Amino acid sequence: MKLIRKNVVALVVLALAAGQAMAQKSASDSIAEYRAMLQDGNPAELFEMHGEELWKQKRGPKNASLEQCDLGKGAGVVKGAFVELPRFFADTGRVQDLESRLLTCMQTLQGIDTSSVSTRTFGKGETANITALATWIAAESRGQRMNLPQDHAKERVMYEVGKRLFFQRGGTHDFSCATCHSSEGKRIRLQDLPDLTKNPGDGIGFAAWPAYRVGNGQMWSMQHRINDCYRQQRFPEPKFGSDATIALGVYMGVNAKGAESIAPAIKR
Amino acid sequence: MAGPMRIRAKLNGDKTTVRVLMSHEMESGQRKDSSGKLIPAHFIQDVSASLNGKVVMTAEWGPAVSKNPFMQFEVKGAAKGDKISVSWKDNKGDSRTDETTVS
Repeated sequence: MKLIRKNVVALVVLALAAGQAMAQKSASDSIAEYRAMLQDGNPAELFEMHGEELWKQKRGPKNASLEQCDLGKGAGVVKGAFVELPRFFADTGRVQDLESRLLTCMQTLQGIDTSSVSTRTFGKGETANITALATWIAAESRGQRMNLPQDHAKERVMYEVGKRLFFQRGGTHDFSCATCHSSEGKRIRLQDLPDLTKNPGDGIGFAAWPAYRVGNGQMWSMQHRINDCYRQQRFPEPKFGSDATIALGVYMGVNAKGAESIAPAIKR
Repeated sequence: MAGPMRIRAKLNGDKTTVRVLMSHEMESGQRKDSSGKLIPAHFIQDVSASLNGKVVMTAEWGPAVSKNPFMQFEVKGAAKGDKISVSWKDNKGDSRTDETTVS
C-alpha cells in the first residue's frame, strides 16, 4: 500500500515537470527551431543562382547585361546596395525600391518590354526574373545592417507618406497595416507579427524579405509581401512598384535602421 | 527544363557532407488548377550520387517529397578535389546531372 502511494506521488511530480517543460517552450520558439532547421537548405539559393545569372546575362533588344545598373552605390555596385534601398535616384528623379529600380535598369539598359510586370504576374515571366534578381542582390548584402539614407528631401517625404499609409484604415474590414503591426506580442495563428513602427530587431520584417515560403514553394519579394498584406486587408491592391509600396518600404526600412539583414530568408 | 542543382561537398575528418538543393516542381498529382482540372503528377523518381564516377548512393523518391527538395548525405573516403556528381530522373523522363568538387 505504501509502495503504491509512493509511486503515485512520483507520477504526479513527473507530470508537473513535463507540464513546466512544455510551458517554457512557446509556439514561436518551436517555429524558430523549425526555421533554423530549414535555413541550411533554403531553396532561396536556387533563386539566387538564377538571379546572378540574369544579372550577367546579355538580354533584351539592346543585348546588354545589367552589370552597369546603378543600384544607388554607383554603376554595377551590388554589395551593400540592398541595405540602403529604397533611396532617391537622380536619373529618374524619384525614390525607388530595389524592384522598381531593376525595372528601370531592364528598360533603359536592356530595352526589355516590362509591360507584363504586374502584381498579377508574380512568379511568372519578367516579374519572376525581377524577384530572382532581387534575391541575389539581397544575398550579396546578407549580414549587413539596414542603413537607408534620409538625406534627400524626397526620401524624407516618402518616409512621412509611408507612415501615413501605414496607419491609414480602409477596406471592408477597416484595417490598416498598424492594426496588426504596431504592438508587440501579436500573432496571426502561430505567426508572430513584428511591430514595424519601430526597429523590430535583426532579421525581422523589412530585413527578412525576399523570402522563400515553404508552404507554397514560392519566392516572395517585398513587393509581393506588401501586395499580399493589402489583399489580406481587403484593400484595393497597389500596383507593382507604385509610390505607395515604395513609401511603405522607406517607412519600414528607416525604422529598421541598424537591424541585420538576413534576406533572403525562409518562411513557413 | 529544370534549373541547375546547388551542390556543396565539405570534407570533415574522414567524412564528406554533401548537401544538394534541387530545382523541381515536385507536383504531387493531387492538386487541382484554377479550372478544377487535376494537375498531372511530375516528380523526381530516381536520385543517384557518385564519387569520382563510382555510385555511392541511390534513392527512390515519390510524390510526397517537397518542391525544390533538399538532400543531405555523408560519404567516407573522399579527398579534397574529388568530384561529387548528383543525378536525378523524373517520371516524365526529364533528367539532370550536376557536379561539384569536394572542398
